[in-house]
Amino acid sequence: MARKDIQLDHAIILELIKPQSTVLDLGCGNGDLLYLLIKSKQARVQGIEIDDQAIYKCVAKGLNVFHGDVDSGLTEFNDKSFDYVILNQSLQQILHVDKVLTDALRVGKKVIVGIPNFAHYKSRLQMFFQGKAPVTEALPYQWYETPNLHFLSILDFKQYCRAKKINIERIVCIDESRKILFLPNLFAQVGVFLISK
Amino acid sequence: MNKENKIIKNNSVGLVKTQEFTFESLKLESAEKLGPVTLAYETYGLLNPEKTNAILIVHALSGDAHAAGVHEGQNNPGWWDEFIGPGKAFDTERYFIICSNVLGGCKGSTGPASINPKTAKPYALDFPLITINDIVNAQKRLIDHLGIEKLLSVVGGSMGGQQVLSWLVNYPHNLASVVPIATTIKHSPQQIAFNEVGRQSIMGDAHWKSGNYYDGPAPVKGLAVARMIGHITYMSDKSMAEKFGRQKKESGQPFKFTADFEVEGYLRYRGDNFVKRFDANSYLYITKAMDNFDASGGRPLQEFLQDTPVKVLVISFKSDWLYPAYQSKEIVKACKLAGVETTYCEIDSTYGHDAFLLEVQEESHLIKHFLKKVFYAYEVTGEYGA
Repeated sequence: MARKDIQLDHAIILELIKPQSTVLDLGCGNGDLLYLLIKSKQARVQGIEIDDQAIYKCVAKGLNVFHGDVDSGLTEFNDKSFDYVILNQSLQQILHVDKVLTDALRVGKKVIVGIPNFAHYKSRLQMFFQGKAPVTEALPYQWYETPNLHFLSILDFKQYCRAKKINIERIVCIDESRKILFLPNLFAQVGVFLISK
Repeated sequence: MNKENKIIKNNSVGLVKTQEFTFESLKLESAEKLGPVTLAYETYGLLNPEKTNAILIVHALSGDAHAAGVHEGQNNPGWWDEFIGPGKAFDTERYFIICSNVLGGCKGSTGPASINPKTAKPYALDFPLITINDIVNAQKRLIDHLGIEKLLSVVGGSMGGQQVLSWLVNYPHNLASVVPIATTIKHSPQQIAFNEVGRQSIMGDAHWKSGNYYDGPAPVKGLAVARMIGHITYMSDKSMAEKFGRQKKESGQPFKFTADFEVEGYLRYRGDNFVKRFDANSYLYITKAMDNFDASGGRPLQEFLQDTPVKVLVISFKSDWLYPAYQSKEIVKACKLAGVETTYCEIDSTYGHDAFLLEVQEESHLIKHFLKKVFYAYEVTGEYGA
């Protein structure tokens, strides 16, 4: 399904989602992923986004989107009201990760989490040889302007799921252009997790 | 070129006329019967043969049927002219737009200033207590009369938004979508309080005479003060500071409690203008209808929205303290719980409650794309083409 004009993490998430599903995207940005889900999976989608300019772009794509922050946006949904809840590249920017993930697993039958891998070898090399906070393709911000509140690795998230008794149904690890099968916590820039409870 | 032509050129719907629709009687929520009932209305654009492109626009407290275009020999464009016309948010080349004056109003629809057929005199306080649902039931009769079974959308701000919610709860099968703007499921004590001060101001005017002023001077002072209070609540601290500052008017007069500050002059001007076009009893009846309104009758709104196929766009404004964003979020919450397809946006504006009339660009963008999605069989459009 992966096409050249779509981001690899979006293509991976498309692979994980069954056709005609209902999907809630937390921190949906400009709505590119939701748009793809409608077009290629005939999904019924809903986004939540804090940035008003991004909201206007979502509305221009004909998407349903709520203006609000993810930290408070989930509590008002009924249990299992979506087949999938997506937190793609937004988990690391959320204040109360544990609360949001617990709620996401309540609201969604399955949850898809995409995180930037802080333990990618480039980050490790920058830390080790330069003694600086890493700036990489997956973590492109300087320390003083990053929206990221949490810095975690693929291994961190696996251990978190284990500790919280969350089932990891699938992990797909990628760099910019391909899947990483060998030592993903070292070579993958992004980890995409399909989890459930 | 005269001013009128300029207005018409600016993507206006051009010259328009107010029309009337009269029906025999309406059963009110109070179980009383009111009749005959006339509704003044205007339409813009053309109804398509399938009758699927009709949008009802519902007005706020002091609005009327004249939402767009200009009347023959007059320069004032309708109250939402910047939103209605070719290529605008309510694109009259795609949609058929209807706007009617509310029941209880004073701009052509039956209200307390209308003649009571039983007495051949104005109703005054013999006019029955009306509700937002009554106002909407009368609108439904107009829509039926126009041969429209299903509206593409019902859209309105403030009290218009209350009517939108009433449509959503009472006629979900006659709607494809709704757009409640800067509104609430029910008034807070603060909102009731401001309305009550307005009413007291009118009723405290010696000319009010328990509503029987139609053969003498009207309670214009009381109505003007009510309007002044209204205007304060429609603006924000910031918008007032930007508009007036502490600028003083050049009066040259010795101090006699004249309007020294710009803001005083503005409020007096607004108040004095309002009494020329509005009936004090209508103000009492309509504000009471707003205060009494509770879209879901004390039950959770989501109970009325279960499995509704109606699409919803909720809009609020950051600086609106009269109808604060939390009230719009209550509507959104009910939609979430009922699984209704909903979009919500809190527009970043400093205009206060008035923003729903003034934030043309952002509001138009939201409405235009939302209507497009609803109208074109919910097809998603956008930069991907396809």
